[in-house]
Amino acid sequence: MISDTPEITRITPAMETTQELLESHPLDRFLRGDRMPHIWCPGCGAGNVMAAYINAIKNLEIELNRHVVVSGIGCTGRIAGYINLDSYHTTHGRAIPFATGMKVANPDLIVTVISGDGDLFAIGGNHFLHAARRNVNLLVICVNNYIYGMTGGQLAPTTPLDNITTTSPFGNYEHPFNLPYLAMASGAAYVARWTTIHLRRLTKSIEKATMKPGFSFIEVLSPCPTGYGKLNKKGDALDVARFFQEKSVIKHGSNPFDAGVREGKEIILGEFINRDDRPSFLEYQRRMEERVVGKNANK
Amino acid sequence: MTTQTLSGEFFMAGNAAAAEGAIAAGCRFFGGYPITPSTELAERMSRRLPQIGGVFIQMEDEIASMAAILGASWAGKKSMTATSGPGISLMMENIGLGVITETPCVIVNVQRGGPSTGLPTLVGQQDVMQARWGSHGDYEIIALAPGSVQECFDVVIKAFNFAEQYRTPVIVLMDECTSHMWEKVVIPPPEEIERINRKTPDGPPPEGEDFYPYRCTDGTMIPPMPKAGDGYRMHITGLTHDEKGYPKINAATQDKLVRRLCDKIRKNADDIVITEDYMLDDAEIVIVAFGTVSRSAKSAVRIARKKGLKVGLLKLVTIWPFAEKKIKELAERVKLFVVAEINYGQIVNEVERCVAGKAEVRLSSKLGGELHHPEEILSAIPEVVV
Ligand code: SF4
Repeated sequence: MISDTPEITRITPAMETTQELLESHPLDRFLRGDRMPHIWCPGCGAGNVMAAYINAIKNLEIELNRHVVVSGIGCTGRIAGYINLDSYHTTHGRAIPFATGMKVANPDLIVTVISGDGDLFAIGGNHFLHAARRNVNLLVICVNNYIYGMTGGQLAPTTPLDNITTTSPFGNYEHPFNLPYLAMASGAAYVARWTTIHLRRLTKSIEKATMKPGFSFIEVLSPCPTGYGKLNKKGDALDVARFFQEKSVIKHGSNPFDAGVREGKEIILGEFINRDDRPSFLEYQRRMEERVVGKNANK
Repeated sequence: MTTQTLSGEFFMAGNAAAAEGAIAAGCRFFGGYPITPSTELAERMSRRLPQIGGVFIQMEDEIASMAAILGASWAGKKSMTATSGPGISLMMENIGLGVITETPCVIVNVQRGGPSTGLPTLVGQQDVMQARWGSHGDYEIIALAPGSVQECFDVVIKAFNFAEQYRTPVIVLMDECTSHMWEKVVIPPPEEIERINRKTPDGPPPEGEDFYPYRCTDGTMIPPMPKAGDGYRMHITGLTHDEKGYPKINAATQDKLVRRLCDKIRKNADDIVITEDYMLDDAEIVIVAFGTVSRSAKSAVRIARKKGLKVGLLKLVTIWPFAEKKIKELAERVKLFVVAEINYGQIVNEVERCVAGKAEVRLSSKLGGELHHPEEILSAIPEVVV
């Protein structure tokens, strides 16, 4: 998402001294300690995804001031507030257009949207489609827990058929979205899916997607023991982790069409799409500017 | 980078003049969605911005447009959108986000007749109360109304300056008549145009020290605004927040925040409120009008004066905050206010509130679709036999 624009300088941080390591956690400087404790329930997956994200930006060694996190509303939406970077907690569903404005106004920034499935795909669904269509240079990470957590467990556009939510008490009778398929069809340059037990792979995926020119999308299947778990008798976070472990199969490059989430069926993970044949928004915009102001114009 | 800003005399429509005003004010980001009768403004920005190093993006709807200009403003660009009718309704939620996060930006609403799809191609002034109260919650907003093509240029510059100075979204209440009317516009050379830029902090505090993005130490109630990427590592949220920008869900933080958000506008009303007097000195009857209607009102004053009636015009350029002081002063000495507006009575209620029974207040109302004829305004004056 950034290689279309300004140069990246890698910064290798100084090694922590033993003293520092004893007194603090190596990721402390990425978090706003004064905002802890966080609001998440025990066993919630949002924190795992946050950890994967900050590990990824640590590994990328790009100047931290260039990273911006934008989120919408919901349990996952709170991630922005805990990360010690420039962070924006916007309105419900509108993180992507806010981030789009920010990124195209200043391509130096490396903008990541982290939000939930309801935020990104119900109220914000249209923005997702268009950001992917434009191939705008953003990474969108969706923490998908199949439910609205913050408001207490209502039906989401990702809730599997027949599942119980507080607004589908007799079982969900709506088809859910297959998010990787949607992202692919809309034109995303990079599409992957992981779960909260695949943290190393998720971290690598975030690193890769951050460097990808164009629109990248990563779905992370994540437990919500309080909402989804309780209503659907999925047990605690550990039971969900076991479930993810048993049911997941990694099939890189497989067709997202086959990756729909169905109750009791295998869960297909991996890197589905990684394409370079569609120039990004910023790339096309640069070409247009060259035509308008001549080849020598500097941005 | 080319800096092709125009100067000289031009013949153009209001939408074009508003676009040029934005460019002259330093606007370098436009996010918008086509909607009649504002579309030509977006079209002109799509042509002009790439020529001068700015960014134009056509968003997927007005909700996205409003979100995008907020993001662009935090990226350090002066940003604008333009819309109309249903589009301004869709923008309301993120206008609220702009208010609470104190994000400078300009929203042009080329008013057409409503409600709903209403009269897409015809004039209205029915969004004045919406401009004031359209987003939920308690807040103050700045709204300005140009009455000619020249004023579309001038007022949009003012709007940017207020937005930057007071760190707030500013709404420009144009209307279909001014947007499509062609007139002469004089664009001064760039160095003669007053441009205000937002205050910025002196630099991020040293490692280990906290930064307070919403702390104001100079008594202005307007904290300096860093941009993303400058190293401040700030958290900006639409939740009620403290000076550090952190969410605090309690009554005390809410009280402090909302009071400051409102007071930074209320207490500067004298600076923000712009009105124009026409033959008011000896007037016994005052026509209050804004936007294109102020031109019919001016003719009405001339006709009345010929009949020997002491009629004057108070033209509101700033609609919000309301010209309270001015109306109160006039109410002490005049006997009748006639409020001419293309709606079923919106600003008339504000006038009544300020007049507080000290004079008579009458409404001259058109419901949208056409301007008042001067005679229609005059017919609200009992002494006039038209
Ligand atoms: S309700 Fe669910 S998603 Fe929200 S914090 Fe609790 S576990 Fe996480």
